[in-house]
Amino acid sequence: MMAFNSLTDRLSNAFKNLRSKGKLTDADIDGTIREIRRALLDADVALDVVRSFTSRVRERALGAEVSDALNPAQQVVKIVNDELTEILGAGVDRPLNFAKNPPTIIMLAGLQGAGKTTLAGKLGYWLKDAGHTPLLVAADLQRPNAVTQLQVVGERAGVPVYAPEKGVQSDGGDEVSAPGETTGDPVKVARDSIKLAKDKLYDTVIIDTAGRLGVDDVLMKQARDIRDAVQPNEILFVIDAMIGQDAVKTAKAFDEGVDFTGVVLSKLDGDARGGAALSVASVTGKPILFASTGEGLKDFEVFHPDRMASRILDM
Amino acid sequence: LAQDNISESDWEDVEDTLLLADVGAEASEQLVEELRKDARITGEKSPEAVHALLREKLLDLVGRDMDRSLVASRPRPEDADPSVIIMVGVNGTGKTTTAGKLARLFVAEDKKVVMGAADTFRAAAADQLETWGSRVGVPVIRSDKDGADPASVAFEAAKAAKEQNADVLIIDTAGRLQNKSNLMDELGKIRRVTEKTLPVEEVLLVLDATTGQNGMTQAKVFAEVIGITGIVLTKLDGSAKGGIVISVQKELGVPVKLIGLGEGPDDLAPFDPESFVDGILD
Ligand SMILES: Nc1nc2c(ncn2[C@@H]2O[C@H](COP(=O)(O)OP(=O)(O)OP(=O)(O)O)[C@@H](O)[C@H]2O)c(=O)[nH]1
Ligand SMILES: Nc1nc2c(ncn2[C@@H]2O[C@H](COP(=O)(O)OP(=O)(O)OP(=O)(O)O)[C@@H](O)[C@H]2O)c(=O)[nH]1
Ligand SMILES: [K+]
Ligand SMILES: [Mg+2]
Ligand SMILES: [Mg+2]
Repeated sequence: MMAFNSLTDRLSNAFKNLRSKGKLTDADIDGTIREIRRALLDADVALDVVRSFTSRVRERALGAEVSDALNPAQQVVKIVNDELTEILGAGVDRPLNFAKNPPTIIMLAGLQGAGKTTLAGKLGYWLKDAGHTPLLVAADLQRPNAVTQLQVVGERAGVPVYAPEKGVQSDGGDEVSAPGETTGDPVKVARDSIKLAKDKLYDTVIIDTAGRLGVDDVLMKQARDIRDAVQPNEILFVIDAMIGQDAVKTAKAFDEGVDFTGVVLSKLDGDARGGAALSVASVTGKPILFASTGEGLKDFEVFHPDRMASRILDM
Repeated sequence: LAQDNISESDWEDVEDTLLLADVGAEASEQLVEELRKDARITGEKSPEAVHALLREKLLDLVGRDMDRSLVASRPRPEDADPSVIIMVGVNGTGKTTTAGKLARLFVAEDKKVVMGAADTFRAAAADQLETWGSRVGVPVIRSDKDGADPASVAFEAAKAAKEQNADVLIIDTAGRLQNKSNLMDELGKIRRVTEKTLPVEEVLLVLDATTGQNGMTQAKVFAEVIGITGIVLTKLDGSAKGGIVISVQKELGVPVKLIGLGEGPDDLAPFDPESFVDGILD
């Protein structure tokens, strides 16, 4: 039903009468912009972002660089690619923000199931591999066995886990009766972990938090309280590459809620186009720092804006 | 040529509403096209009337009177085999949570329930299901080993459910992305191995309401690999509308049966076409 043609094909089609006319008409440009709009929407780029993006591309497409080009379709593709890469690449080149005086504190936040706990393991493994001494912190006391999950992940990564509270679990946890409710005090767990890190000389602290919705004010405040208690050097917003139009609302809510410093795009090993990357980058202006590309500990890489641009539009 | 009397920007608003709900560009365009045609024929002038018409059209599309009941909840003979439900979907959509909520629902219907933890891959996945089991008072068949063969856990669970004369067996599986063919093959195997003991009556595809257009690809591939009898649309308590299920239902010919409205045991509800459509339109 949704046959995706590559943008180049689509545009070539829109430009097919061009050669005989030799000059771009408004109608040609309209047709082109329609194709770009459609491609972006099929890739799940948020509607508002599609609008501002296409209007910028239209402006450039009306200029001489296109009408004078030997192959206007390719020239428009190039413009689209440039513009996309620029938005996706804003601030991306910066490394992780390490503290002058360790420990460096990294807090993870995002919707339920986005990939935070898995990322904690990946980050821990990656940092350890680079000679750091990371500590994972189990501050999700809400999802059934979130703490157990982080402990397993930490064990696999060979990174210690601070888990003073068991959270919701049937095996010895005292809160079996309450899946769906917060137990214990995640703010205290986070705060105490920093003391421990200072005592035991861990140089990075990665705090896993519970998944929460953008519309959940109570839980958003909890995330803010965790943030305020530990003053992270880096607050990473983890977002699923499969997300659709809701990306904007959610990213804004987390931006207002915890003022994250960077984005991690997860599940990029799938076949979703990942237009959300464009939405989040343009709506928040925050850099996308990493891509999560699988369930394994090593399925993790620095984000590449140019690859993402061609992925979104299949160019 | 007869013109409709509704302004371009009104039509644009209609299309925006659909796009913002993840209904998808093609489906949204089609709907607006049809509405415009209708408006020309009927001479409808007011945006309100168009809005009402859109609601009707969406309801037609979503289906007003499809049978959305779970097979396990339909009347069945006393001596029937346990009704098997397999939960499937991509990573993190809510399969395990929904398995727990379903168990709770069946227990409330006085049914005897067994769950099988055939996610042997994700860290602590079986523990998570066990916590749900103890919460709702349902035994969980699991392997003690991480990375055990999920199909053999399903096999053991089917055997246990049959021996214990259970009414329902719910099998939780690991999340997997549909482009990973080895993991998808494994899913087919889980079904086949289960069927050595019990017929599989229900396979529920768990779709996250935040999912965009990729939801369609998910649905197609999962349907091909294991067959789908129903969809569960989770996380509708958030700001996402889940509009992709309109195309998914149409493509698969399979109804959305349930929705997830939170992380607690009672946050599961039957899918109601009217509230779903109103969610998209509000
Ligand atoms: N394929 C793939 N799966 C991933 C990736 N990252 C995480 N996952 C899977 O997605 C699911 C959810 O991941 P979690 O790390 O538990 O997500 P979370 O954000 O901690 O979830 P909550 O704590 O419940 O909010 C698990 O099945 C993970 O294995 C990724 O990059 N690719
Ligand atoms: N707000 C909300 N959260 C939900 C809902 N359903 C599940 N969740 C949460 O989403 C996250 C993932 O749920 P799981 O049940 O672990 O998802 P899963 O599909 O089993 O994940 P994997 O096995 O890792 O693929 C958890 O934090 C759940 O509490 C829902 O309807 N609403
Ligand atoms: K909603
Ligand atoms: Mg987690
Ligand atoms: Mg699960």
